[in-house]
This record gives sequence, C-alpha cells and structure tokens, in this order.
Amino acid sequence: MIRIENVSFKHRATPILTDISLDIPKGGVVALIGPNGAGKSTLLSLVARLQPLQTGSISVDGLPVDTTPGRDLAKVLAILRQDTTIASRLRVRELVGFGRFPHGRGRLTDDDNAIVDGAIAQFDLADLSDRFIETLSGGQRQRALVAMAFAQGTDYLLLDEPLNNLDMYYARALMRSLRSVADVNGKTVVIVLHDINQASAHADRIVAMKGGRIVADGTPAEILTSDVLDAVFGFRMRVETIDGTPFALHQF
Amino acid sequence: MAERRLFGLGVAALVVAAAFLAIGLKGNIAFVLELRLLKLAALVQVGVAIAVSTVIFQTVTGNRILTPSIMGLDALYLFGQMLLVFLLGGVGYVTLDPQMKFGLEVLLLMGLACALLLPMLRSRLDMGLMLLGGVVLGVLFRSLQSLLARLIDPNEFAVVQSASFANFNAVRTDLLVFAAIVTVAALIIAWRARHVLDVISLGPDAATGLGVGWAGTVTGLLLLVSALVAVSTALVGPVAFFGLLVAALAERIVDSRRHAVLLPAAALIGVVVLVGGQTLFQHALGSATALGVVIEFVGGLVFLLLLVLGSRK
Ligand SMILES: Nc1ncnc2c1ncn2[C@@H]1O[C@H](COP(=O)(O)OP(=O)(O)O)[C@@H](O)[C@H]1O
Ligand SMILES: [Mg+2]
Repeated sequence: MIRIENVSFKHRATPILTDISLDIPKGGVVALIGPNGAGKSTLLSLVARLQPLQTGSISVDGLPVDTTPGRDLAKVLAILRQDTTIASRLRVRELVGFGRFPHGRGRLTDDDNAIVDGAIAQFDLADLSDRFIETLSGGQRQRALVAMAFAQGTDYLLLDEPLNNLDMYYARALMRSLRSVADVNGKTVVIVLHDINQASAHADRIVAMKGGRIVADGTPAEILTSDVLDAVFGFRMRVETIDGTPFALHQF
Repeated sequence: MAERRLFGLGVAALVVAAAFLAIGLKGNIAFVLELRLLKLAALVQVGVAIAVSTVIFQTVTGNRILTPSIMGLDALYLFGQMLLVFLLGGVGYVTLDPQMKFGLEVLLLMGLACALLLPMLRSRLDMGLMLLGGVVLGVLFRSLQSLLARLIDPNEFAVVQSASFANFNAVRTDLLVFAAIVTVAALIIAWRARHVLDVISLGPDAATGLGVGWAGTVTGLLLLVSALVAVSTALVGPVAFFGLLVAALAERIVDSRRHAVLLPAAALIGVVVLVGGQTLFQHALGSATALGVVIEFVGGLVFLLLLVLGSRK
C-alpha cells in the first residue's frame, strides 16, 4: 500500500501541494487526472523520493520514502517521469537492462536477461533492440522507457503521462499491458493520464487533482459525470455510457 | 566488437611503451633503461589519470565537452599549492617531505573542489550554464592563484613557480611512488564503480529511481576526479585539452558509453597518445618539449569541433 499523509509542498513561497492524504492499496490501476499544473507530477516525484519531502509523510509497503535506503526502495517502486530525456548514447536493450540494476548492481544474470527480453517483447521493441535511443521516434523512445520501468520488476509502478507520443495502437497496448500486470501479477500501477477515456476504460479508480489538492476520488463511473469533470477541468462535457463504461465527449 | 577494439588499443599501448624504452638505447644501458622506466611510469600515470578523470567528469556532468581542467580543477590545485606556501611560509614548505606535501595538496584539492563544485552538480545544469560556470571558475581559480602569488614574498614564490603549460619532458619522478598509490587506489574505485557510472549517466532522476543516491555518489566521484587531477598536475603541470581529446577518441573508437569498455579504452588511448607522442618527438622530431604544446593544440581543435558539431545538433 502507498500511504500519503498530510503532504504539503511549497516551491519557495508558492504552495504546490496542499494537505494531500491518499491511500492506494496494493493491486490495481489508479489513474491520476487533472489540469496542467495541478501538481500530479510533483506528487509522484515525492512518492518516488525524487524531491525531498517537506511536510507530511509517505510510505510504500510500510517503508518511509524519506528514510529507507534508495536501493531498497528501488526494488519496490519504479517511476517513469514525464519528459525523461536520456543524454547517454545507449542501445534500447542496454536501456531496458538498466531496469535490473537495483537487483544485481549492474551484473545481469540469466534471469535478468530473461526479464529484459520479456519486457522488450511485451512492448514490441524486439526489432528496435539494437538501435540507439537517439535514433528512435518519440513514441518508440517512450515505449523503451516504459519497458525499462517494467523490467525493474517492482510491485509499484508510477508512470507520469506514459501515453505521451504514443499512437492509438500503442496507447491501447500499453494500457492493456498495465491492466494485465495488475490483474495477473497483482502489481499496483499509478498512472497520470490526460485522456480521461483511457482512464475510464482501464483504471479501477480515478483520483482527480486541481490546484494542488485532491478534488475527486472514486470509480470511473463516479468521476466521469458532467458535474465532477466540470469541477476538475472547468467546462461542461457530455458523458455517454457505452457497454457500461462512461466516456466523456470533451472535444465539443 | 568493442572488446576487440579494446584489445587492439592494449596492443598499441604495449607497442608504444616498448618503443619508448627501446629506441636509441645506447651507452650505459642499465642506467638509461632505469631512467626511461621511471619516466614511462610517470607518463602512463598521467595519461591514465587524465583520461579516467575526464570520462568520469563528463559522465557526472552529462556533458561531452567539459573536462576537469576546463572547469579549472588543475588551476585549483595550483592555487591550493600556493595557499600552502602562503600559510606555511616558503621555508616551512620547502622543509616538508615531498610526499607529505603532495598528500596535503591532494587533500586540499579534494576539499576545495567539493566546496566549490558540488553546488553546481546538485542537479544537472544545461551545457551553456555549465560551460559558462566552468570558464568563470577557471578564471577565478587562476586569478586567486596569481593574487596569492603577489601576496607572498618573491623568494617563497620561486618555490612554487609552475609552468603554465605541461612539461612532459621534466616529470617529477620524486613523487612517483606516492602518486602511484593514489592513482592505483583511484583506478580500483573507478573500476568498481563502472556500473554505477553507467547509471549516473542517465541523470539524477533515473539514477535515484534505480536506487543510486545522486548527491552522495556524485560527491564521491568528484573526490575521485580531484585525486586524479592532483596526480597529473603534480607530475607534469596543468593540461587543458588532453583529456578532452582522449575521451572524445575513446567514445568514438569503442562506440559505447558503457564504462566497462569506455574507462579502459580512454586510459589506453591516454597512454598511446602521451607515450607515443613523447617517443615520436624525442627521436623523430628532435624536440621533446613541444609535445605539450602540440597535444594542447590538437585537443583545442577537438574542443572547437565538438562545440560546432554539438550546437548543430
Ligand atoms: N521547479 C519548479 N519551479 C517552480 N514551480 C514549479 C516547479 N516545478 C513545478 N512547479 C509548479 O508546480 C505546479 C505543479 O506542477 P506539476 O506537478 O508539474 O503539475 P502537473 O504534473 O499536474 O501538470 C505548477 O504550477 C508548476 O508551475
Ligand atoms: Mg506533469
């Protein structure tokens, strides 16, 4: 379980997160939605100890993120940040292999290689595995980064806008992969999404943030209503239910 | 493939070392050979120290056109040396045992480098800022050194007066043993950290995510770089662009940023260029003192080339 208690975060004097408390039980897909600047990325980076905690506490499986040694946490929690750029000249396979670093400190065993191969296959990267990262398209690179986070083999996976740059085919494929690791392997996926219909179709739970606070939290059916979406995004949209799944028609 | 090229580099390094020892050997062979062996040991150390420290520094800064000396680390070493004279007085400095003196200088450089550079390495700055910061720091350290030089008495100044160019012909062989201990220890640590260095090259966020604490690791690596810079500067003097030349060549030859091949490749290229160049200049071109100038000239060209190519990307 990820437990976030009374977390506030300021940048100089500007409040970015205000008194956030959230429990995410083990297993399942939780989507984090909200307008730009709501504080979603900041919240994920605090959970993944990429920024120091200012007030409040966060623990993952009972391990406080601010005091647990980094390498122990890296076996429990993996994060893919928004707009990750890799400056180093690496091949796809080498990049995905880094996901195994917390386990062998750089030495890849046969098991590690099998896991890396599995991640490469799962994200359809086999044809690209010997290519250098900088020669890939944005979507291909994004898939390689997701595969690396996957290869880390942690129970908790934090993904910040992983659908960026993905075409419809791979966006759907990624969401289905996430759904299956949650269902089959009991993993916990926290994912920031801008496409609320993807959230509705694939997440168990949707948490909506705005202005550094959590403004709504519930099942897709509870969140995808005209009123709630108006409160979160600031305009009314039609919501239609197809085969039991609500979809927001936000283009009009 | 990278491994095969590494092997080739190893053979090249052995060949130039043999050439350095053997060419034109006459007179009292045992005596000349001993002299040459000492000098070879010093050149190898300098080449390896500069190469490895440059590669590590570039990995930490995520920047292919920075070197410790462009960031003014060797100037900082000379400043530290001057500071010791200032604090101890010329007489006190001269009476210090050279090994002890060198040890003090290494420690001083490590401390100063951490105090001054760590704030810049907390997070990764973009290249423009980093270069600008480096140039400013370099000038600052050099000016501090000349300020101190003016403050101390001229007699004491003579004690530390150092050339502004490296002189590969007049190597300080008296420091060799102690320097070798520092170099070998630093190399062992660097080699053991090769996988961590690979992770560090991904940047602060990815490294933290993979369980490599950024601040602590970068501090350790900066200490390592400082020790290696101190070794090479103490032995031959400041070398601005040699590290850049070697690191750029190594990356192109093994075509990888994996430190398991990059570190040895850079070290071997450092040896080939330095020992090979020295042999060439000594025997074929007849002016051994010019090597430093030529290496700096070629390295400077590489620097400009990388700048132009990098900005076009
Ligand atoms: N380094 C920073 N300096 C100043 N403000 C920042 C910084 N990082 C984020 N912010 C601010 O924090 C708020 C939340 O940002 P973020 O967590 O990235 O939002 P989201 O991911 O929901 O779009 C924004 O208003 C943003 O401007
Ligand atoms: Mg964001």
